[in-house]
Amino acid sequence: MSDHITLHVARYRPEKASETTFDAFELPCPKEWVVLDGLNHIKDRMDGTLSYRWSCRMGICGSCGMLVNGEPKLACATFLSDYAPGPVRVEPLRNFPVIRDLVVEMGDFMSKLTRIKPWIVRQVEKPLSDGEYRQTPGELDEYKQFSMCINCMLCYSACPIYGLDPHFIGPAAIALAQRYNLDSRDEGAAERMQILSEHDGIWGCTFVGECTKVCPKHVDPAGAIQRYKLQSAVEWVKAFVLPRAAQ
Amino acid sequence: MTPAFDVVLVGGGGAGLRAAIALAEASQRLRIAVVSKVYPMRSHTVSAEGGAAGVISPDDSLDEHCYDTISGGDWLGDQDAIEAFVREAPQELLRLEHWGCPWSREADGRVAVRPFGGMRKMRTWFAADKTGFHMLHTLFQTSLKYTTVVRYDEWFVTKFLVDDGRVQGVIALELATGRIEAITARAVIVCTGGCGKVFPFTTNAAIKTGDGMALAYRAGAPLKDMEFVQYHPTGLPFTGILITEAARSEGGYLINKDGYRYLQDYALGTPQPKPVLRTMELGPRDRLSQAFMKELDKGRTTDTPYGPVVFLDLRHLGEQLINRRLPFVRELCMKYQNIDPVKELIPVRPVVHYMMGGVHTDINGATPLPGLYAAGEVACVSINGANRLGSNSLPELLVFGARAGRAAADYVAGAKDPGTTVVAQLQDEQRRLEADLLQQRGRERIADIRQEMQLTVEESAGIYRTGASLIRSAAKLRELQERARDFRIEDDSRTFNTERIAALELSFMLDVAEAIVTSALRREESRGAHQRTDFPLRDDQRYLAHSLVQRQPDGSCRVDYLPVTITRWPPAERVYGEAPSDERSHYVARGAIPSGEGV
Repeated sequence: MSDHITLHVARYRPEKASETTFDAFELPCPKEWVVLDGLNHIKDRMDGTLSYRWSCRMGICGSCGMLVNGEPKLACATFLSDYAPGPVRVEPLRNFPVIRDLVVEMGDFMSKLTRIKPWIVRQVEKPLSDGEYRQTPGELDEYKQFSMCINCMLCYSACPIYGLDPHFIGPAAIALAQRYNLDSRDEGAAERMQILSEHDGIWGCTFVGECTKVCPKHVDPAGAIQRYKLQSAVEWVKAFVLPRAAQ
Repeated sequence: MTPAFDVVLVGGGGAGLRAAIALAEASQRLRIAVVSKVYPMRSHTVSAEGGAAGVISPDDSLDEHCYDTISGGDWLGDQDAIEAFVREAPQELLRLEHWGCPWSREADGRVAVRPFGGMRKMRTWFAADKTGFHMLHTLFQTSLKYTTVVRYDEWFVTKFLVDDGRVQGVIALELATGRIEAITARAVIVCTGGCGKVFPFTTNAAIKTGDGMALAYRAGAPLKDMEFVQYHPTGLPFTGILITEAARSEGGYLINKDGYRYLQDYALGTPQPKPVLRTMELGPRDRLSQAFMKELDKGRTTDTPYGPVVFLDLRHLGEQLINRRLPFVRELCMKYQNIDPVKELIPVRPVVHYMMGGVHTDINGATPLPGLYAAGEVACVSINGANRLGSNSLPELLVFGARAGRAAADYVAGAKDPGTTVVAQLQDEQRRLEADLLQQRGRERIADIRQEMQLTVEESAGIYRTGASLIRSAAKLRELQERARDFRIEDDSRTFNTERIAALELSFMLDVAEAIVTSALRREESRGAHQRTDFPLRDDQRYLAHSLVQRQPDGSCRVDYLPVTITRWPPAERVYGEAPSDERSHYVARGAIPSGEGV
């Protein structure tokens, strides 16, 4: 295996140029290095002007999503040596406006996150003095997988629907809505269903499941979406079969 | 002038978000801003793994949690603060349960607890081994329902606005646009977390550059107990990724290169097959990290390209338990170390993890500087004393985040409006950040100075320290401060300029490093995480006191001392490794309610 590797890194500097260009950097490639180590080496030793987001370097903060050879990846969890002998192409996440170099605009995702009401909704709050809401390990398992989302947005970058229609609320937000809908402590499912059904993007989602494939935390947004579809189809049928008051 | 907000929070991690919610619940009329250099769910609380301590079992008591915390901190913690902390922690953890935190459960649906280092009872709540992640996301998502909380995501605070002896807001730079604004307020709560990046090898995220400590210090607030830096005994050797203490509380062994459970040689008890509370692998972190250094001296560690290591052995726990209780440990080992802990030993070494010291506050998070509050790791109340116990920091950020929020809400009701000097301060800061920093073409690389600082601090203020190395280090840090005036910044863009941010962070870290080294030099004793080989004993006559570092007008720092608050537990020897039944006499406070006070 060669001990060096070349990174082709996307550069976009809105004050200087209107087009994205690529810079090539030849880097050492120890087997422990992830793509993020390569970027840090560039920034510290070769070109201080490169901009990207990162923080925890352990796959939990969700900051360093980017495309590595066209695939959405966490830069901190992607080994450079897996791409030897290279070259490796590093670009900002697809489907988002780019602010600078590898940094994308995430305001749209943040507003969608808020829209699905990602908090416990209750008719009546139990007072703290009454202790915890009992929740068995089985009840916890019902929603646990959907609570693992780190908001890294790899699924939005992989989603063909979101790419065509930015109004689509998207995989992570739907998974998070389901995380609360399926929590035994929550009573907000009806409110959230209404929000999810405001836009018909969800029905355009096929069984392709690109979102689930790229998810670094095995959240399975595609599963959440299919579950939602089934649930809302049942609600739709019930609306015909049952008198209104019984819904 | 009328301020833009009543309260500005700097930092949107666990403490900042808890404070924001406390403020929003105190009054709907309060205008609240959360200013964070990252999106809040990226904050470093996210990385906490093992759990959060709060007395909940019938066989536990508040006094026992107090005693564990006090003795764990080698009697440097303030006992009034510890009593308040221990009393309020279970309520705060319960509140988080009501907000949706997916705590791990017992079969009957009650919240489950696990053992943890230095704790004599099982009282650590956990969400598998992603406790911080779940707490942070629960707090962040819950905060979204409070419409009075305005967020400034990816805004970097460069300075606190101080006029007339009061803090009146902040100056901040928006990363995306380079816009620089004064965000005025009647009070500021700083919740920016720790400063692990002052050291070369740390579990801390890239963002942990001590910003809030330096901002408060420059504004005139003292930093307390900065010499107390926690090394966590089990980090992965190349990355510094933390392998949670929960791996040991679930039954993992620490062994040296001969396969020997070496902790038995360091007054931590005798090895048993199953974990025993406050014994061996469940001893406190300072003692375990010090034991590693002793093993290194004896030549009983294993050399790797990334330093000497010992091993954490989880193999006997079995795949099922590891998957259920320690899934993240397995994921991290497999992804980052290419090791499966079900079948292989995990190489580990001590790694800088947590700052016991921080901005000096009282029991309500108030600093001596009117209008400035602090909570979480950035603050030093102090409950952690000379060594924090694992699983006390997560409840700390909840308890004191909430307290600081409530205290600030009371304060702003009677606080004056900001003065008119704000405009001039903003202009000065704009000049510094734009004319100076964007045009700076000096000779010194940011990465070079940062690396030299990190090596200097580790060399002198690591697990064992001497006066001579601290003196050398202090001189070196002054030299680096000088050289840092001559930065070369290649990036002149206003759009997401991370090089300018790196320069600002490094200048913060240099101030924090100086405070650490100066306080460590002045404390001529060994206590908890501060071990001086030239002063190997604890000295309660001279140093049963908090150090306070205050910045002087010429930029140098002065160290003063403040007595420790002792309520019911007079200083005693720290004892680990005894059978719990023999220990009762140690923890029952003199003249105190014996026990049974527990929830």
